Amino acid sequence: MAAQEKLAPLLGRHRDKILKQWQRELAALPGRARLSPEDTRRQADEFSAAFMSALASGAGADIATEDWKAVRTFLEQLSKERVLAGFSSDETATFIFSLKRALFEAVSGESRRSAEQVALDLWAITELLDRLGLHTVKAYQRSREEVINRQQAEMLELSTPVVKLWDGILALPLIGTLDSARTQVVMESLLQKIVETESQVAIIDITGVPTVDTLVAQHLLKTVTALRLMGADCIVSGVRPQIAQTIVHLGVDLQAVITKANLADALALALRKTGVTLAA
Amino acid sequence: MERIPILRMGEYLLVTIQVDMHDQLAVQLQDDLTQAIARSRAKGVLIDISALEVVDSFIGRMIADTAGMARILDAHAVLVGMQPAVAITLVELGLSLPGVATALNVERGMALLRASLQGDGAR
Repeated sequence: MAAQEKLAPLLGRHRDKILKQWQRELAALPGRARLSPEDTRRQADEFSAAFMSALASGAGADIATEDWKAVRTFLEQLSKERVLAGFSSDETATFIFSLKRALFEAVSGESRRSAEQVALDLWAITELLDRLGLHTVKAYQRSREEVINRQQAEMLELSTPVVKLWDGILALPLIGTLDSARTQVVMESLLQKIVETESQVAIIDITGVPTVDTLVAQHLLKTVTALRLMGADCIVSGVRPQIAQTIVHLGVDLQAVITKANLADALALALRKTGVTLAA
Repeated sequence: MERIPILRMGEYLLVTIQVDMHDQLAVQLQDDLTQAIARSRAKGVLIDISALEVVDSFIGRMIADTAGMARILDAHAVLVGMQPAVAITLVELGLSLPGVATALNVERGMALLRASLQGDGAR
């Protein structure tokens, strides 16, 4: 029989005392100001109910089993809520760890038990709560990553507008840091747009790109080459002095790329290339 | 054996690749095309790959080589209608096809050929 299973009757006897003690602990935690006392109480009640019923159904120390499902789901939900409420990971995990003291006191308060038995019980509790705590942190991190991923995806969608400047001239104003994933999206949407609009010239404006390193330069070169393969010309505009310095210092060869100081110059060149003359 | 047709239009040759290329077909095309350029004394070759959706390094290299051979046989070669996916693949494979003229579609390709032939005549 798992050591955890023996805890069920013991904790059942002291349930109210434990809950009261835990509430006190929870109320003293940092970050409590962001939660109303009612919420804290409700969460504690829900957790202890799920926890006790898991223990009562004979669940062992392995919290990945079906017996712990309700507890796990509750913790995941809790982590998600706390991520959204702006809690840090330790503030979230102490929800579980603050239960330790209450449980320890309940166990050591049992007078009929031998020291050996108490030690065994304490170990069983520690093992269990640590795992639950780690699970909470894991869930917290997963929720955080979900938030970050969603934001990244949204940014990716926002950040690649291909604009038509003139018949046969497309512009792609890039803003923010270029990484591999983003360049891929940029490249694909630009090439696709070229096919759709049968444009001859594409202007990539990098005024809004804060830094250009070898990787970014490499990505730019790839895009320019792909454009050329499709039969379109490419102009890179908005190269700032610092960026020009970095590119040359890095030894990146941008000779094959037409560069212009700003979008206006690039547009003027593109118009000339497409044979448009402007009357003043 | 299936072959890719080579059409003659005045002093130009027109090759339209409508099927997915496999290695044998590419070799055959290279052979046929060089023969046809020599026989017809064509001044320009237009290779339309707008229907080509899959390329590998071999096909990419064959395309580049064929354009190079046409050049040696005194014919300008223009590659037209490359699909975005194909362009990206070729770039990722490191095949940037230097020295091969490209155009968005057949019409632009023809204009490019005419322009480069006029440039030749002026020299």
